[in-house]
Amino acid sequence: MLLARHAEAAFWMARYVERAENLARLLDVQQVFARDSRDPVSWRSILVLNSDESRFFENQTSADRAAVTQFYVLDQENPTSIISAIRNARENARALRPLISTEMWTQLNIFHRRLHALSPDDLSDARLSRTCTMVKEGCQAHTGITEGTFFRDESWYFYSIGRWLERADQTTRLLDIKYHQLLPRGADVGSAFDIGQWNSVLRSAAGYYAYRRVHSRAMSPATIAGFLLHNRAFPRSVALCLNDMDRTLHDLRSRYRLRGGVAALERIDELQAELNGRTVEQILGAGLHEFLDMFQKGLGLVTADIAREFFHHEEVVAQMASQSQ
Amino acid sequence: MNASPHRSGLLRDYDSGKFYCELLGSPANPQPVVEIIERQLSTISEEELRNRAAAAENDMFDHGVTFTVYSDKSAIDRVFPFDLIPRVLTANEWNVIEAGIIQRVAALNLFLADIYGPKHVLRDGIIPASLVFGNPNFRREMEGVKVANGVYVAICGTDIVRDQSGRFLVLEDNARTPSGVSYVIENRRMMLRAWPELFEGIPVRSVDNYGAMLRQALAELSPTSAADPHIVLLSPGTYNSAYFEHVFLAREMGVPLVEGRDLTVTDSKVYLRTIAGLRRVDTIYRRIDDDFLDPRVFRKDSILGVPGLMEAYVAGNVQLANAVGTGVADDKAVYAYMPRLIRYYLQQDAILPNVDTHLCAEAEGLAYTLANIENLVVKPVGASGGYGVMIGSRASKAEIEDTRAQIVADPGNFISQPVVGLSVCPTLCTDGIEPRHVDLRPFAITGRQTWVLPGGLTRVALRKNSLVVNSSQGGGSKDTWVLFPEAAE
Repeated sequence: MLLARHAEAAFWMARYVERAENLARLLDVQQVFARDSRDPVSWRSILVLNSDESRFFENQTSADRAAVTQFYVLDQENPTSIISAIRNARENARALRPLISTEMWTQLNIFHRRLHALSPDDLSDARLSRTCTMVKEGCQAHTGITEGTFFRDESWYFYSIGRWLERADQTTRLLDIKYHQLLPRGADVGSAFDIGQWNSVLRSAAGYYAYRRVHSRAMSPATIAGFLLHNRAFPRSVALCLNDMDRTLHDLRSRYRLRGGVAALERIDELQAELNGRTVEQILGAGLHEFLDMFQKGLGLVTADIAREFFHHEEVVAQMASQSQ
Repeated sequence: MNASPHRSGLLRDYDSGKFYCELLGSPANPQPVVEIIERQLSTISEEELRNRAAAAENDMFDHGVTFTVYSDKSAIDRVFPFDLIPRVLTANEWNVIEAGIIQRVAALNLFLADIYGPKHVLRDGIIPASLVFGNPNFRREMEGVKVANGVYVAICGTDIVRDQSGRFLVLEDNARTPSGVSYVIENRRMMLRAWPELFEGIPVRSVDNYGAMLRQALAELSPTSAADPHIVLLSPGTYNSAYFEHVFLAREMGVPLVEGRDLTVTDSKVYLRTIAGLRRVDTIYRRIDDDFLDPRVFRKDSILGVPGLMEAYVAGNVQLANAVGTGVADDKAVYAYMPRLIRYYLQQDAILPNVDTHLCAEAEGLAYTLANIENLVVKPVGASGGYGVMIGSRASKAEIEDTRAQIVADPGNFISQPVVGLSVCPTLCTDGIEPRHVDLRPFAITGRQTWVLPGGLTRVALRKNSLVVNSSQGGGSKDTWVLFPEAAE
């Protein structure tokens, strides 16, 4: 039977890689926004989105591209940076090494080293997109290697739950960035320019063509938000992530006859009811930001439930020690 | 001495000087198989060798075959430097080493069972009682505890060196938590990737089944009669420099890798914390020192151990490998008595002799050490990892005087030995292929009987003229080839 500590490490390894991928997507789309935008402070929206403003301005005076991308890609002191996420993923992988495949470990090692080799030049206007692509591909390689090599025992279930949970959370954040950027400028809402920015949101979630297949004519903020929230076939939609999380947790419990997980399942059911019980028009009418915020809090509580029911949370201890002959 | 004009290729300019060469042996007694290796070595250029060495090092980083050095803010992964030119042991040489180690492990286990039991060896005056009871690694908690099969030392790493005449000598027994075996196996795998053609036509014995043999021995020592006892490997965790090895062995054995916080003791039984609650544990291969095992009995501040573990152990509900308290037997002072202990317990002469050792605790040894300090190696009794070792011939006047003062202040803490002209092996260095000093640590596993992995960790002192092979002191390693007996033998 899987160690509680290993279950937790698998859960978080998946989350950190997913987080890095989504952050790379966010930065990539942000660059497109910023290039088109008449709004000089648009890089700031990412800081707002991640509640990182106060930490960022401790050391910075201006939220320009160079400073924000440095903060989110290369800054090792920033716990929410891509390099920190991959370092954390690798630390979890180190704890999981007896369980994960050698290929998974090797790829994370090489990926981590490649991130360390990046310099501020790689964040320049000309190169940022390529750097984001490298990060995305590194994360996707991890996901693919995991799919093809990770032994499907209990740890794989925790890994999968972590991935769906983080992805649902990140999609709500990606959607939220729109709100933060455009809400203050009511005049632009619904204009052609606005649609262009929504397009790039879809593209950053690799959803543009999928969306086109579903909504071949109309393109409105409502249908796009609805697609990212409700579509049952789109791999990054909140509904699909919740559904897979729900199914994976059910399977884990029945296959290994585990008693834990009831609270988490109930919470996921509630979130699914909140999401599926409303049309996107209702959600937008009541306030997209408020809805997404409620959702993010709900996902945080699911994490807490899982930690309590499976990881039997205790103070995590680590002691530097070298004991060998 | 070993340079000969007919040599070509990589070894063209190689000269082992006055030292015994592990690859070329003695010119008087050439090994046919060694000639094959020499010939195959000569088909590769130094540049090509350097390329392959660089690729191998990269390979190690990619695979995370690293030890990690942690400082305040950063974690630095380092690889244990690896040299591609193998160290070769013929079947005859190996026979001596293997028999010598089996004999030595048997004596160590009999000695431990005796001092934690009837103590005949003390009554018979073979070894001073003060050396046993005064040793910080003697654990009173172990007196009268029944250890399965009498196997205290289930895993032993014996450090062996070779002198200028080619004779093998035991330098040290590592009977607590010896490390390095993962490098033996990884080095071979890397060697097969980096230089597969070098193996052609050479009957090298495999090192691949260490994990299976270890698991079997641990099962043999299990306290339950269960066909499939629950075995775990207890590690100090990811921050330990040997964590890579702990992962490696857990995987090779197919057992869970656990930390102290994953275990809990209830009712004198040990349980594992899983996602489904608690699961009973039968046998623990622990890679945590005695001091840290159980904060209720040993160091109170240990957060690596398991409170109550000793209570479960003494009750016979869990088996530990190695047993608690083995450190008293691999101590540098007790080492000096090993030949006498072998004779006492086994009625045999030691197959592998010790390096001559002078105990400063004894008046004679102290006088000899102080009189000849310039020509001796002085070692503190307690330390490991090559720390605190003073080599008289290399030390400054001030260092010698400092050591002399330390000895006089606390003679019981020091031993001295003559400088052994350690054997050398051709090694890729900045200026070409040069001789570098090596030692050897074979690994022995004991369940119902003792098995020695045919190979071992060959550590190489990469610094010119250095005799210190420890990784913490600039050492690297080599693949160690133990050959099958040749048809002609």
